[in-house]
Amino acid sequence: MALRHVNAVVVGAGAGGGVVAKVLSEAGLSVVVFERGDWVSFDEHGQDELKNQRFAVLGNAYGPDDRSPRVVETGAGTWEVVMPNEGSYNNNAACVGSGTVSYGAMAWRYMEKDFRMRSTYGAPEGSTLEDWPISYDDLEPCYERAEQEVGVSGDMSANPFAAPRRRPYPMPAFPYNTEGRILEAAAKRLGLHPFPIPMLRNSVPYGGRNACVHNRFCCGFACPNNAKNGTHNTVIPMALATGNCELRTKSIVSEVVVDERGLARGVRYFDSADRQQYQTADLVVVSGGAIETARLLLNSRSRLFPNGAGNRFDWVGRNLQGHAYCGTYGLFEEETFDDVGPGATIAISDFNHGNPGLRGGAVLTNEFIRLPYGFSVMRPPGQPSWGKAHKDFQRRFFKRCVAVLGAVQEMPVFDARMQIDPSVRDHWGIPVARLSGCRHPHDIEIGRFMVARSEIWLREAGAVTTWTYVPGMWLSGGEHQAGTCRMGSDPKTSVANRFGQVHEIDNLFISDASLHVTNGGFNPALTIMALGYWVGGHISARFKGGRFS
Amino acid sequence: MSGPDPAAGSGPALSRRTVLMLGLVGVIGATVGSGATMVIARLGRSTQPRYRFFTEAEAGLLVDICEQIIPGDDVSGATDTGAICYIDRQLCGALARHRRAYRRGLESFRQTCLQSYGARFQDLASSAKIEALRSVERGEVPKALWSEPSAKAFFNLVVAHTMQSFYGSPRHGGNRNYASFRMLGLDYPQVVGQNRYRKA
Repeated sequence: MALRHVNAVVVGAGAGGGVVAKVLSEAGLSVVVFERGDWVSFDEHGQDELKNQRFAVLGNAYGPDDRSPRVVETGAGTWEVVMPNEGSYNNNAACVGSGTVSYGAMAWRYMEKDFRMRSTYGAPEGSTLEDWPISYDDLEPCYERAEQEVGVSGDMSANPFAAPRRRPYPMPAFPYNTEGRILEAAAKRLGLHPFPIPMLRNSVPYGGRNACVHNRFCCGFACPNNAKNGTHNTVIPMALATGNCELRTKSIVSEVVVDERGLARGVRYFDSADRQQYQTADLVVVSGGAIETARLLLNSRSRLFPNGAGNRFDWVGRNLQGHAYCGTYGLFEEETFDDVGPGATIAISDFNHGNPGLRGGAVLTNEFIRLPYGFSVMRPPGQPSWGKAHKDFQRRFFKRCVAVLGAVQEMPVFDARMQIDPSVRDHWGIPVARLSGCRHPHDIEIGRFMVARSEIWLREAGAVTTWTYVPGMWLSGGEHQAGTCRMGSDPKTSVANRFGQVHEIDNLFISDASLHVTNGGFNPALTIMALGYWVGGHISARFKGGRFS
Repeated sequence: MSGPDPAAGSGPALSRRTVLMLGLVGVIGATVGSGATMVIARLGRSTQPRYRFFTEAEAGLLVDICEQIIPGDDVSGATDTGAICYIDRQLCGALARHRRAYRRGLESFRQTCLQSYGARFQDLASSAKIEALRSVERGEVPKALWSEPSAKAFFNLVVAHTMQSFYGSPRHGGNRNYASFRMLGLDYPQVVGQNRYRKA
């Protein structure tokens, strides 16, 4: 029996898909959202440092499981099958809300220059650095809606580098914890401009949900108190409340069906009982995250697009990027640990742009609370990793360590990419993603600069021992994965137009970080949500019923 | 998985089932007299193995290695907090892909000790144990004894798993009684939403 035809199908209930579903269903469109994972709750895995979304030693708490392998390049021409809890898999999550269930919930707006990286700096050799086809001003109202509707606590008044905003945050900023207070004083002595990190987390009761209780286990974990705001507890319930939206969980979309005239007709998927189904729709929005969105497009072959939907010019799956996270660790003589979670409270944006000889930079923030197992590998060079010396170090410094991390904005690289593996298939028989390539050497240069700045900051704050971490040239992506279906005005060098509409397929849209031309020097979640409002607003303004064009 | 772990005690462990069976044997023995000795001997062999994956010999060696990685002092070390329970259990679960590395690595390690020190690891003095482990960590071992895993890879694997056991959630078999949380001065178990309040 055929499934009832709907106006819109949304593939993926994460940061992008959740927002789009809300916008479309409130505009009166009938919507079906597909999510490969399930609804999840805190109680399933609690505060388990070995099984969460950040430390997945014993598996991912919030998906996916081993039914969804990937293939990664391990050297020239050698490939290896990896499971979702391995680092090189570059996992995000698979559940209703996706990464927004378990993220650290930093709520950054990108800066104006982040949308104009090429015209500001020029592309370095070996990079496809480009401007976005939209500006910060275009996206500003969407950032505002994301902040208001999903819920952000913050105060940018102390940050002179912040992009202009029309409305204040709906909730007051979180106060600094002990680390934040130490770092704030030091930053001011250095002439820097510290300010509280904006968070998709309730500093006061908001939207019918509780205020944060400052849990130690936050980043990587679901919230036991419903104070962390993701799409699963905000826009998705709003979408369902309209009566126009249906959410089908444990449903794996295998293909967007594109007809002989180059229009999307719907999606083929496997339902929760692994039965093949076909859902027709007037339009399709793909929001699977940078790797899975590109995979779905490449797996959607048709007569007009034999190499995958939107892939006439071989841009789908390319420019995979994340952030070249670098960090400095400092040991203190006095206790710096106060157990006020999640711990990351303070930031400086002084080094996001304007660094001599460098294209961009990073926001610097203090790190989320180091948990006991995670801390067991945080050691200055040469420090024994085991034995009595290890145990003594844990005892002495677990509560006397502060870390500052930088989310280094990366230079997009054409050959940092995901493709479809020619032989490996997942549990449902769908060809899996295979990842290859590496990041740009300029990212490492920026990383070195950023750790030098953060080391000065920590030393000023009183650290007696410091050491730094700069990533290697390996492939980036991870939970900040972006860039694989970039938006642009030239169909030959991009996948979608400025509204997320796939070139040449008028009723196929993308709404997630795949669209990001560059990924800012910040955590990307709020920008993905803002793009959801941008793309969703465009669709609902132009949808006139029946076929979309 | 939350039942009592048969490998839990540090001394010779008797599972609850074994104790019950021995009690039963006592009754039978009283009834049938001399035949009981034979029954007891057979029962001794058919007692459930203490480990899911390891042999008794492998486990004995691994316990001694783990204890050097996280030695007991005024706070329990790897042995008393259940490192062997964690590793053994996870090798039959989420870490099953490392089974071969343990089976082969432990055998290479055993032979390395015999060849380099002329003694079993368990019989070495504490300082010699540390020296032996440092050699394995640095890969300074008889090359013929190690192929896959390499000595370094095997050592790093055991260190990682011992740390996971000691610092991870007790639900996985290690960190018995939240020993590491106590050592670090963290609330145990954490009372959600209450940990921000300083104790008087």
